[in-house]
Amino acid sequence: MRKLRTIVAAATACVLGLAAAGCGSGSSSSSTASGSTITYWASNQGTSLDNDKEVLTPLLDEFTKQTGVKVNLEVIGWNDLQTRIQTAITSGQGPDVLNIGNTWGVSLQATGGLMEFGDSEMKAIGGSDRFVQAALETGGAPGTTPTSVPLYGLAYGLYYNKAMFQQAGLTPPASWEEMVDDAKKLTNPATGVYGMTLAAGSYTENAHFAFINAAQNGAELFDSSGKPTFTQDGVVNGVSRYLDLMQTDKVVNPSDAQFTDGSKSIAAFANKKAAMIINQNNANATLISNGMSEDEWGVVPLPAPQNAASQVASHVAGINIAIMKSTKNKDAALQFVKFMTSQSTQEALGKPFSSLPVLKDAKATFTTNAEELKTFTDIYNNRSKPLPLVPNEDQFESTVGKAMNNMFASIATGSNLTPDQVRNQLNTAQTSITS
Amino acid sequence: MRETTGERAFRIIVLVVLSVFILVPLWVMVTSSLKPLQDVQGTFSWIPKRITVEPFVSMWTTVPLAHYFVNSIIVCTVATALSVTVALFAAFAVSRYRFHGRSVFTTTVLSTQMFPGVLFLLPLFIIFVNIHDATGVALVGTRLGLIITYLTFSLPFSIWMLAGYFDGIPRDLDEAAMVDGCRPFGILFRILVPSARPGIIAVAIYSFMTAWGEVLFASVMTTDANRTLAVGLQLYSTQVNVYWNQIMAASLVVSVPIVLVFLALQRNFVSGLTAGAIK
Amino acid sequence: MSSQSIKGGNATSAARHRRSRRRGWWWFPYLIVLPAVILEIAIHIIPMLTGIWMSFVKLTKFYIRRWNEAPFAGLSNYRLVLNVDTAQGQAFAHSFLITCAYTVLVVSFSWILGMAAAVALQKTFRGRGIWRTLFLVPYALPMYAGVITWNFMFQRDTGAINHLLVDQLHLYSDRPFWLLGSRAFVSVVVVAIWKMWPFAFLMLMAGLQSIPSDVYEASAIDGASPWRQWRSITLPMLSPVNVVLFLVMFLWVFNDFNTPFVLFGRATPPAGDLISFHIYNASFLNWDFGLGAAMSVLLLAFLLVVTLVYLVILRNRRDLYA
Repeated sequence: MRKLRTIVAAATACVLGLAAAGCGSGSSSSSTASGSTITYWASNQGTSLDNDKEVLTPLLDEFTKQTGVKVNLEVIGWNDLQTRIQTAITSGQGPDVLNIGNTWGVSLQATGGLMEFGDSEMKAIGGSDRFVQAALETGGAPGTTPTSVPLYGLAYGLYYNKAMFQQAGLTPPASWEEMVDDAKKLTNPATGVYGMTLAAGSYTENAHFAFINAAQNGAELFDSSGKPTFTQDGVVNGVSRYLDLMQTDKVVNPSDAQFTDGSKSIAAFANKKAAMIINQNNANATLISNGMSEDEWGVVPLPAPQNAASQVASHVAGINIAIMKSTKNKDAALQFVKFMTSQSTQEALGKPFSSLPVLKDAKATFTTNAEELKTFTDIYNNRSKPLPLVPNEDQFESTVGKAMNNMFASIATGSNLTPDQVRNQLNTAQTSITS
Repeated sequence: MRETTGERAFRIIVLVVLSVFILVPLWVMVTSSLKPLQDVQGTFSWIPKRITVEPFVSMWTTVPLAHYFVNSIIVCTVATALSVTVALFAAFAVSRYRFHGRSVFTTTVLSTQMFPGVLFLLPLFIIFVNIHDATGVALVGTRLGLIITYLTFSLPFSIWMLAGYFDGIPRDLDEAAMVDGCRPFGILFRILVPSARPGIIAVAIYSFMTAWGEVLFASVMTTDANRTLAVGLQLYSTQVNVYWNQIMAASLVVSVPIVLVFLALQRNFVSGLTAGAIK
Repeated sequence: MSSQSIKGGNATSAARHRRSRRRGWWWFPYLIVLPAVILEIAIHIIPMLTGIWMSFVKLTKFYIRRWNEAPFAGLSNYRLVLNVDTAQGQAFAHSFLITCAYTVLVVSFSWILGMAAAVALQKTFRGRGIWRTLFLVPYALPMYAGVITWNFMFQRDTGAINHLLVDQLHLYSDRPFWLLGSRAFVSVVVVAIWKMWPFAFLMLMAGLQSIPSDVYEASAIDGASPWRQWRSITLPMLSPVNVVLFLVMFLWVFNDFNTPFVLFGRATPPAGDLISFHIYNASFLNWDFGLGAAMSVLLLAFLLVVTLVYLVILRNRRDLYA
């Protein structure tokens, strides 16, 4: 039956004259893939774009040796990635295979620009049942055919500087309140040292924390019909709690409002300008490249407030891999996705990209620190909640994230925001979501 | 003519204030490019405490600057050459012939100068994509697409200025050449082009600088393969460290050639403007 | 700027010329103007018309891939951005007003500085060439190189500006932010003036060169002060330059995308939300190209109206004096 559908589809495509090349590679024999070239857009996972290239190139050579398919690699920074994906989707031109932030999974699915991983495609890449369930679910809206599959798993953790904690006679915090108290004790603006550092100018980071803090309050960002609910108390209080780290607790350097991406706050932590940072586990590689050694930091789950409704400590973060619908090398692309999500590639990339495995049976290997591995694995498996799987998720990130950028900016420049003002800003974000 | 004290004071104040305004950023650019990374990450100092040329070495590997350099040079040179050629022909027609649609042409071309770039950025992108689908000529992510786009950016100004320049060249020369048996192209290349040299140089400089500094279209239409300096330079700040010393070094290196060429030819530029634009 | 002013007084000689040309060459001007026409149509006119069409459809992310199937939206995009009760309308109005203030400040300061420099360098003196060269450097500098340098100078902790104002002059007790909050407006204006005034200087200097020096000599004999000379000779003689200069600067500055884009990057402080930058972000961050196109069309309409009014006023004034 499935075979029949494939044949009919292929025949229709040929009759309609949808590109002569599509006809050849549309068939399911893998021999046509050999000799073709595919373009792959990788997201920046390592310490720099160059570093990513260095890490991936030997693996891609290996893939070429196995399959005869050449891979053109381009590594794209996070600032550009969304725009680049968007223009590729608009044009139907661009890569054959690409990485996407998994929180964009449903939004990008809704554009119709990504190829669906139906049963036959899933089979071609080795089956869907080998992926961690929560990660797999980010590939598409519930009840639909996913358009991306998990590639790297990530989770937020609270990194703390062991020496600074020891000096102050502190132990890692188990609640939000403890975290703030510890941070206050570690803050000394005169020496430029603060208890915490945040990427307060990064809209994606800010949006993630809006979600996590709201989730700890038991609040949802979208109701069951997909309408945004950013102005309910749980969300407003969650956002305020996060903003207060800079505003009332004053444990964050106001300069952090200028940090437009996470690497700036990682650098501040590595340079011992801050005692704590909430970051995804891929911070490891960057911290080391900034001169920190692995035994200098410890990681605990981001603690929730004492009376929290939920102990959520992260969203199900990570990177998915997808195939463009417009690809003319579908077989080669599928082979490549299979290769990238294979056990051996995952193991090879786990360490340099500091990622958690997205395969069920795999073990995390990104650090030799057993305790840290256990902490992150536990956060990822037990204390992560997926961001809303709705098409407008990307608009939540951009509108709420930017509103928080602006709120951090006003706090840094001396304003004091009341909860009502926060609610107002979130209301503006909510109404500017166009459906 | 004698100069009064007031005039002298005015001149000195103006020159000093404006020089400081101009020189401060240039000073920051040059000195910071010679500082080690540590020194640009701490509090600023006007005089470098330590001097190193390391930023000028490592800037080529932090981002593939040389590749972007080549792209920019190819794109800008070809776009300039084509733009000047197309503008020469159009200006020749506008200046020496009365033809149907002439005033519609000049008004329309000039008014395209006011189109906001954001209005036609995405449509142009979609059109390029459709051209690719229809003909197989790749325009997005290639130098060709950028060349075509950039050459039209300076075209209106170039036509307008060259037409003005040609108008200032006496027609008697054309007539004399025609009597000698010159065809129209002969008039253009033997009479007008040589006499309009400053104007042509001015237009070429303008076109080149427009293309060299373009950011908006480059930010959408470039991929790794055809990325120009305008976008490439911003990649330094997306690295883990903000390599301010390398950013300043790279800014300096991409600026020096064009600034030198401009300053060397500035007399042509000024006289080109005088004859062309200001009449 | 109309064809008349380009042609100047050459119409009669051109007519003579045309008559003398061989009849067989009538197609020649069309041929040589063709490349320019094709390029203008392909790269400017058609995309502009497409942009206008886009403003009437609902071109959100769900339709971007099949943009030709996007549902007709009528005037709803326009209604949304023109209604100041909506979040989008408020942001658009805010951005428009910011841009107006930005344009007025940048154009007028650039003109004042450019004029001051041109007048200061009008008379020959030793070293004049050096100053003139120096003043042109910001114009010759690739725009992003200059703006990136300013971005570095405006950094709160590592920048030159705060070092000067806080560490050396002690004007502030706390280090101010220049790229966040309300000061971002000051920063973007300063950078734009730095970049723009050398162009005004260049044009005005070129204009001054065409004023014969005997006019000044005559008035100096009459005992006119330098200020009076400037008022009664320089300014009127430069008015053709000024007409062009103000219009060109207005169009450039109002459409300015590069300065905020390079200065602020992804951090978009509301105080620096210039209109082109605003539209770009609305289109590419919120994935709503219909809305972005509607804003672009409104921007174009505004520029068109201002330009036309400007030209009409000028023409009337000229007729009055003629």
